[in-house]
Amino acid sequence: MAEEKKLKLSNTVLPSESMKVVAESMGIAQIQDETCQLLADEVSYRIKEIAQDALKFMHMGKRRKLTTSDIDYALKLKNVEPLYGFHAQEFIPFRSASGGGRQLYFNEEKEVDLSDIINTPLPRVPLDVCLKAHWLSIEGCQPAIPENPPPAPKDQQKAEATEPLKSAKPGQEEDGPLKSKGQRASPADGKGKEKKAPPLLEGGPFRLKPRSIHELSVEQQLYYKEITEACVGSCEAKRAGALQSIATDPGLYQMLPRFSTFISEGVRVNVVQNNLALLIYLMRMVKALMDNPTLYLEKYVHELIPAVMTCIVSRQLCLRPDVDNHWALRDFAARLVAQICKHFSTTTNNIQSRITKTFTKSWVDEKTPWTTRYGSIAGLAELGHDVIETLILPRLQQEGEQIRSVLDGPVLSNIDRIGADHVQSLLLKHCAPVLAKLRPPPDNQDAYQAEFGSLGPLLCSHVVKARAQAALQAQQVNRTTLTITQTRHTLTLSQASQPGPQTPGLLKVPVSIALPVQTLVSARAAVPPQPSPPPTKFIVMSPSSSASFTQQVLSLSTSAPGSSSTTTSPVTTTVPSVQPIVKLVSTATAAPPSTAPSGPGSVQKYIVVSFPPTGDSKGGPTSHPSPVPPQS
Amino acid sequence: VGSVAVEDQPDVSAVLSAYNQQGDPTMYEEYYSGLKHFIECSLDCHRAELSQLFYPLFVHMYLELVYNQHENEAKSFFEKFHGDQECYYQDDLRVLSSLTKKEHMKGNETMLDFRTSKFVLRISRDSYQLLKRHLQEKQNNQIWNIVQEHLYIDIFDGMPRSKQQIDAMVGSLAGEAKREANKSKVFFGLLKEPEIEVPLDDEDEEGENEEGKPKKKKPKKDSIGSKSKKQDPNAPPQNRIPLPELKDSDKLDKIMNMKETTKRVRLGPDCLPSICFYTFLNAYQQGLTAVDVTDDSSLIAGGFADSTVRVWSVTPKKLRSVKQAADLSLIDKESDDVLERIMDEKTASELKILYGHSGPVYGASFSPDRNYLLSSSEDGTVRLWSLQTFTCLVGYKGHNYPVWDTQFSPYGYYFVSGGHDRVARLWATDHYQPLRIFAGHLADVNCTRFHPNSNYVATGSADRTVRLWDVLNGNCVRIFTGHKGPIHSLTFSPNGRFLATGATDGRVLLWDIGHGLMVGELKGHTDTVCSLRFSRDGEILASGSMDNTVRLWDAVKAFEDLETDDFTTATGHINLPENSQELLLGTYMTKSTPVVHLHFTRRNLVLAAGAYSPQ
Repeated sequence: MAEEKKLKLSNTVLPSESMKVVAESMGIAQIQDETCQLLADEVSYRIKEIAQDALKFMHMGKRRKLTTSDIDYALKLKNVEPLYGFHAQEFIPFRSASGGGRQLYFNEEKEVDLSDIINTPLPRVPLDVCLKAHWLSIEGCQPAIPENPPPAPKDQQKAEATEPLKSAKPGQEEDGPLKSKGQRASPADGKGKEKKAPPLLEGGPFRLKPRSIHELSVEQQLYYKEITEACVGSCEAKRAGALQSIATDPGLYQMLPRFSTFISEGVRVNVVQNNLALLIYLMRMVKALMDNPTLYLEKYVHELIPAVMTCIVSRQLCLRPDVDNHWALRDFAARLVAQICKHFSTTTNNIQSRITKTFTKSWVDEKTPWTTRYGSIAGLAELGHDVIETLILPRLQQEGEQIRSVLDGPVLSNIDRIGADHVQSLLLKHCAPVLAKLRPPPDNQDAYQAEFGSLGPLLCSHVVKARAQAALQAQQVNRTTLTITQTRHTLTLSQASQPGPQTPGLLKVPVSIALPVQTLVSARAAVPPQPSPPPTKFIVMSPSSSASFTQQVLSLSTSAPGSSSTTTSPVTTTVPSVQPIVKLVSTATAAPPSTAPSGPGSVQKYIVVSFPPTGDSKGGPTSHPSPVPPQS
Repeated sequence: VGSVAVEDQPDVSAVLSAYNQQGDPTMYEEYYSGLKHFIECSLDCHRAELSQLFYPLFVHMYLELVYNQHENEAKSFFEKFHGDQECYYQDDLRVLSSLTKKEHMKGNETMLDFRTSKFVLRISRDSYQLLKRHLQEKQNNQIWNIVQEHLYIDIFDGMPRSKQQIDAMVGSLAGEAKREANKSKVFFGLLKEPEIEVPLDDEDEEGENEEGKPKKKKPKKDSIGSKSKKQDPNAPPQNRIPLPELKDSDKLDKIMNMKETTKRVRLGPDCLPSICFYTFLNAYQQGLTAVDVTDDSSLIAGGFADSTVRVWSVTPKKLRSVKQAADLSLIDKESDDVLERIMDEKTASELKILYGHSGPVYGASFSPDRNYLLSSSEDGTVRLWSLQTFTCLVGYKGHNYPVWDTQFSPYGYYFVSGGHDRVARLWATDHYQPLRIFAGHLADVNCTRFHPNSNYVATGSADRTVRLWDVLNGNCVRIFTGHKGPIHSLTFSPNGRFLATGATDGRVLLWDIGHGLMVGELKGHTDTVCSLRFSRDGEILASGSMDNTVRLWDAVKAFEDLETDDFTTATGHINLPENSQELLLGTYMTKSTPVVHLHFTRRNLVLAAGAYSPQ
């Protein structure tokens, strides 16, 4: 206890000036300093006494927060009339005013017009107290249900994954539930002896790490079946619910290995079959798993990384590479890999450097097809500015030559042309902001040409644009950041109903549809209510008939606030490409009629994407889309 | 017999005037540091014991300075030495620090406590001689006077105690308990159960066997039967205090209880109980302050800060009131189902709200026969409610200040209450005045519990002591010190031998009542322990806390190897094993729900309750 001994107690006393102010407010103008001092001492003492009594009421009321009523009761103990008018449960907004060299804190009391109160409709009656039972523990094992906190907190999972010896040490509070799990298992599977056999270990410094159980309960099996079916099924609403469940449910720890295998196997099969839609769904599952605050994926990255990497660099991801937008999938997966790196890369597993090496290797190879090339660059670019600076910029010249040879050369293959075009715009997109930071203005076309070769002029104009945008953002930062910061990436896929055999199993969503985000879990009465961020809604609207579209793959995403590269653009890169208009609307101003029930108090964000009538901007493949308002 | 029964509050000015004689105020710091130097330089074996002197001396010297209006000296004295005091005196020091004027001393309870009761120190003869010699050599009369007048030094022969031994026992507002305070005999055994013929239900028995739990039953049942018939040597005489006679309905309930007992789960480290958690939703604003569950687990009562008491039925059987008098007169009183007929079907509901209190309800307790409910409140009353009519029957007035806790005796009829007025009171439901007043605590009585044999009452207090009172004569028969914070929960083991207590510091202490000893310390909780309960057979101790956890402890192991040799019992010097982690069987987090109440059903299922409080 010696180390705790050093406690600091100081006797704080109210300033004697406040006595003066109080006296003045009571009409006593002249009051001696000495009197003030005496009063201040006395008042401070009494206030402390009352505060100490009020604490007693807080403790007996089984609360951790002192309320105004506690102070009233403490006053009552001393036979003092309580202070009327303070009934705020949370906090009392004291205002401060200063003037004449004095500071004053007061509780602002507004004049109330009684007729207003009488005429306003009555507020909703608060919910009555009710009783709800759930299992906190079943024979020593805590069931993973929403009513209970997550079975293994993320920190513990992390500690287990990274420092296995430490977490097995006795004395850790957290290993309580796990320990009892082991105990429950031993009599159940008849191996109770096994645990008791080495009595030497009992009480000694050793403690065996408890075996974790990998049997799923019937409910969990049902859940797993439902969720996986919904994730890859044809109903978008169901999928949104399932993904929401994966991203928020606390009890998925035990099912993680299954999900992980499901995803890696799914990617393996669907890459071979070039089933773009399914690959997208699987990537969205990965994203949802990453987003779940109770899951720590460290143990499963060895399965997830190859799957995600496949979706980035695979030579072919869809049946018709010239038409389908597999680029969006590559972008999305690239962001996922970057996120994985950020979370799980350590000095021991070297994930980031291994990934970087893989990307670089496939990019450097001359024979690499354009699709893979695109994926590698996207993967590298998402890893951050440093990687772009050290790995991509030096190769710009070389890459530019290759691109030019394809674009300007004799038309060998349309697919190559599209690929080269995409690579070019990708490079421009990622390199421009980096260069804008690295190089001091002014931007000279020739200097760029000299340094970066054929890409130089384009780069230069992009850098100029990037600078302009940065300046614009700096101005608008107050207005835009609040509405745009979103923590989740979402990849939505919507397409026009299109006859054709090529898209079996793909969902058919009319272009004009609002996707209400429902959750599967919401059907269960999740009580105590689960705090979850309000889901972002994407409302896709179309002013014209959708018949004229061939296929639209939209990717809308924003990265976590704080990260610098928040480039967001609906990438529509189909042959007859159109320019979408993206608007951000907050519910406060305009609430679309199709709002899903929203959590109280949360401001919902909508992104309204509308397509201008066709023919408006039917640019060729070279015209890069999206004059999107810059978002960051 | 060291009884501290009803003690008259001495006149304040008389108490204070003891400080009149004074030395040179500037010398106080010198005196104190001189003693500090001496103690720090003494031999290791004495240092720990003599260090106990620091705190009481510090307090008394400070108070003397304040009383004699040496404000500045008092302030600098406090500044200089308060850091040396043990951390568990922090709360008292905080009170002390705000006390800077003579005028403040009048009416300050903490200060009066210090003056009216001598601070008790337990020191070995050798250490005491050393101290005495030193003070006489140095002519340090100021300190010697304080030692003589304000401290009670309980000298014992033998080895000085170690730092750990001392730390385990100190911490209360007025030092340790005197040794003779815990010497009187306590009849901690259980009363003989009345013999009730259990109609052997053959059908029931067969049904059991079909369920696949055969054979083991019979011997177990016999053992339970025989246990209650044998007279416990430690039990009080059957008629030591008059107990109400058993009614027919009580007998039926006992039979039910025995039947349930046969189905009880045997708990142990390898067989942990399931926990069913009752969450009070939407109760954060109203503020759940107390919970009780009937012995048969059919009803739950909640006391709320909005002055209401709410009773829920947790079985399909709904709560019904008795019909109005006019309707009752129409009923055929000879009919077999008269008890059913008197109930008003129209009033059936799952929840009944009892209005009557005018302040937060801090305590609630069901009568064993489930006909009554007691509630205690900030308004200074204890109310008795009928669960037949759901109306208030009696308001027991007497405490005048908030009543923190109340509990029915396990045999009904009697109940105990304790409150801010620092006394616990024993009442009988048919008397409007208390039968006994248990006075002696130096601060609020936070919790009160009856011993299973109804002959004793345990109280836990904000003065950080637990006291055991004899219901027969109102004497205090045990004083347990060792807690470092106000005590908020108490429970007796089902066999009556042990007591478990929980405090705001998150520690649970275990006590042997017969020997008057601390026998265990369970560390793990990080906040106030609000509820404690032993399983029906006493194998498991469950504790619930403000830190949103329920923890299960191995009670069998905790009481297994007690040091109850003669020396330990004579001196009360125990060595507590540091085995909290081994005893902890499970920790179950709730979702930001403080655990206010715990209950073991007759089949050893844990019911826990608390109000969800969003962060």
